Amino acid sequence: MARAIKNPYFEADLFRRRGFLALLGVTALLGMLLLGYFSLQVLHYNEYLDQANSNRVKLKPTMPARGLIYDRNGTLLADNVSAYRLELTPERIDDIDTTVKQLSTLIDITADDLRRFERARISSRRFLPVTLKLRLSEAEVARFAVNQFRFPGVEVVPYLTRRYVYDDMFAHVIGYVARLDEADLKAMGDERYAVLSHTGKTGIERAYEERLRGTIGYEEVETNARGRSLGVLRRHISEAGTDLRLAIDVELQKATIAAFGEMTGSAVAVDPQTGQILAMVSLPSFNANLFINGISTKDYAALSTDPSQPLFNRNVRGGTPPGSTIKPFVALAGLESGLRKPEDTIYSSGEFFIPGQRRGYRDAHRGGHGTVNLYSSIAESVNTYYYKLAMDMGIEKFDAYMRQYGFGQPTGIDLIGEVSGILPNPEWKRKRFKQPWYTGETVIAGIGQGYWVVTPLQLAQGVASLANGGNRIPLRLVRDTRTGLNQAWRPLPAPEAKSIGATAEQLKAIQTGMEATMNTRRGTGWAVALGAPYRIAGKTGTVQKISRKGSISHDPKSLPLHLRHQALFIGYAPAEAPKIAVVVVVEHGGYGASSAGPIARKMMDAYLLPKSAQPPQQATTSESLPESADD
Amino acid sequence: MIEAILGLQRFVLRLFSRVDAPLMLALTAIMTVSLLVQFSAGDDSMHAVFAQGACFLLGSVALLLLANTSPANLRTWTPWVYFGTLALMPLVFLFGSGRSANLWLNLGVFYLQPGELLKLSVPMMLAWYLNRQTLPPTWKTLFVSAAIVGIPVLLIVKQPDFGTGMLVLASGGFALFLAGLQWRRIQIFVVLAATAIHVGYQFLMPYQKDRINVFLNPESAPQGAGWNIIQSKIAIGSGGMTGKGWGESTQASLDFLPEHTTDFAFSVFSEEWGWLGVLAVMLIYLFIISRSLWMAMNAKDSFSRLLAGTLALTFFIYIFVNGGMVAGLLPVVGVPMPLISYGGTSAVSLLAGFGLIMSAYSHRKYLAN
Repeated sequence: MARAIKNPYFEADLFRRRGFLALLGVTALLGMLLLGYFSLQVLHYNEYLDQANSNRVKLKPTMPARGLIYDRNGTLLADNVSAYRLELTPERIDDIDTTVKQLSTLIDITADDLRRFERARISSRRFLPVTLKLRLSEAEVARFAVNQFRFPGVEVVPYLTRRYVYDDMFAHVIGYVARLDEADLKAMGDERYAVLSHTGKTGIERAYEERLRGTIGYEEVETNARGRSLGVLRRHISEAGTDLRLAIDVELQKATIAAFGEMTGSAVAVDPQTGQILAMVSLPSFNANLFINGISTKDYAALSTDPSQPLFNRNVRGGTPPGSTIKPFVALAGLESGLRKPEDTIYSSGEFFIPGQRRGYRDAHRGGHGTVNLYSSIAESVNTYYYKLAMDMGIEKFDAYMRQYGFGQPTGIDLIGEVSGILPNPEWKRKRFKQPWYTGETVIAGIGQGYWVVTPLQLAQGVASLANGGNRIPLRLVRDTRTGLNQAWRPLPAPEAKSIGATAEQLKAIQTGMEATMNTRRGTGWAVALGAPYRIAGKTGTVQKISRKGSISHDPKSLPLHLRHQALFIGYAPAEAPKIAVVVVVEHGGYGASSAGPIARKMMDAYLLPKSAQPPQQATTSESLPESADD
Repeated sequence: MIEAILGLQRFVLRLFSRVDAPLMLALTAIMTVSLLVQFSAGDDSMHAVFAQGACFLLGSVALLLLANTSPANLRTWTPWVYFGTLALMPLVFLFGSGRSANLWLNLGVFYLQPGELLKLSVPMMLAWYLNRQTLPPTWKTLFVSAAIVGIPVLLIVKQPDFGTGMLVLASGGFALFLAGLQWRRIQIFVVLAATAIHVGYQFLMPYQKDRINVFLNPESAPQGAGWNIIQSKIAIGSGGMTGKGWGESTQASLDFLPEHTTDFAFSVFSEEWGWLGVLAVMLIYLFIISRSLWMAMNAKDSFSRLLAGTLALTFFIYIFVNGGMVAGLLPVVGVPMPLISYGGTSAVSLLAGFGLIMSAYSHRKYLAN
């Protein structure tokens, strides 16, 4: 093969040219590389710095401890206890369904848990942890700890959970917290609250949610690529929620519930001078602790289908015609309007007729009470006196006075969802039934029957204003607050009281009538007050919802609430210097004097008598009552 | 006695006289950078720094020895070296070790990566061969050259070590370019290469396909293969103009950046030293390359010239591919940043390569051996 002769000079020259070309190329390419770096490091610097920081720094919320709730004597009612929950961070889990399936071999995950988890997951941001199960058992925590390495993105997180010390005793006062849902979050208007697992749903827990909640803190935590926190860069301290001290007295609450025994109904005790609520009972009740971590479907079904409606707060949302307990108020309206003087008498024949009408309105006594004045009309609960008074007054005026005494409107208690009841008048009837008003309806309104609906709270506020000299004071459950264990209790601002417009003299007459009820032999409450070492003023009442005939055969507890008889009692003691005003409503309780009265008496005893002086079992109720004592 | 000492001194001086001072200074600067990066990127222990430093020393000895070896001798040994290193390759398939690829041979004392040796021996062999042919190369020369390069490349890619394979292939291309390959033929090769890439893609390993796909759209797999690129870009970008300061890398120290001592070491450097640091290092690199090319131009024969020039340009390819990769400008190919990334065999072979370049230059006049 012919071989060309090598020319070293040519080759060297060729190499030199190619070398320079290559160097040119190298310089150009390195220049481009530098431009690329310039774009990253200078032009997009802020962007990447942000990413590096968000890579590195995670905001980790620190939960404030929820405010504690005490009774008036410092007994703890709502506490925080530590527990563990299982959390999944969707962003860090490849296959959530499989992970959950595997977790369920270690931890008991119920269908309810799963349903809640799925719902929460939809609304949550992918990098935020979602709770799969609250309150893990110790065994579950241990089992998970051993297997944790298999579950990246799944964590057991310690947290504080609410505990209601007295299970069901305060379910209708304190209410309960339950898991935060989407609607709650929307109402709070701040996505950051998503980290709160719980929020107040009912009662004090809801009404005082913002104070109890406290302020969420944040830790700026440096994390590595696997999300493990390496240290806290900065802390924004969380502020614990405000502690609340209720006006409620645990002992009085206990005594009240005990006094009800098996009966259902409601009772409210207030300090008539301040409007503070000393006891508030709605029976049957439920265990508030059931709701905290999600009540099971079965438990909830049992509670919600019970005809006695344990979930229903009878004091705040319930109501009943006041029956004869309205009479002191109607009498006061008679005095205030100038239609009656205390000494004015009328004759009770046993039946009252509206002029020109044939229908008779009956007294409780077949033969009537004879000649009665204001005092005896209250003491003996004489219907005719009130039929006539209401008719003389007319429904418009009647309505105006009753409104002045607080009926037909919320009392302003520090709870959410208080209802107004119904104060019947022609306008209301026209709107509600598109029917005109009849005089007969005015007549029965005078004895608290007909369309009337009052809440136990309204009655409590009303009787308190009769007792305290005519001040209608908004009712209060919370007495004072403090912002930390070492802080002083600070009273909440006293709510503004309104005068009910009555003079001391007029009130004195009503008070005298109510004292006579309890302290004279003919009084309907004689048996209730018998043997009490203090003087009671009060009034009984009974409301029958279905005709007397046939109703006896019903098992009272199977009847729907609105068809149950209501036995009522309102009163206060000691009569000279009232310290406690009481309202008791017993469902299906027969007569007010026989079932509601004794409960009120036990409440007064519990509150007014020193512990040692309280009779272990009330003896006074055993005395039989005249059948015709009331209505 | 004195004479002996003086003799030794003369010997040592003569030994060092073969070393090109400006180039050695620049290399030392890069090695210093490497140790700084290894110190801050490594996990608390100084192990990486010492290991890398030891390899630098070893490589410097190799450099010194090779700089003192005459090109004539090198040329004589070249075929032996080439076939010797090629023969090591099958051993890797039989006894090799490594995480995802069998690249290493356990030699008891240290692990040897035969692929790294081929980076030197293939250019040597090609220079040896081209030196014997007339230049610019004829078609026949081209085919033989293709065989000299192609066989080791196939073996390396089979390991599989795609990055090294491409580097060796590139070195072949550079040698031919510097040998004066006609532009017309270069055009043909570019077209052929483009076709080959297109067809070759079908035969890539899945992880290699992934790398290319992820390069084209790293956000498509933010938790998977794209993670490396995204995190590396964050590291570099967050360094800014002046950097976070030595030892202040958060991306690497918090483990966001994988392989932060090896393939992604330059990201850590960029994060800590900023664009100005990158600029400085790139200028040093440019100096190393241009000095090497200048030295090659002044060598006395085609063998020395082609070998030195090829090594200089291959050195550049390292920088460009790694620098482009960590900044998300080029696909992820397992190519280290020369001398900066942690890697003993690579450091030794690179320094040895500069020994060869210095030898070519320092023996340009017929000095006594």
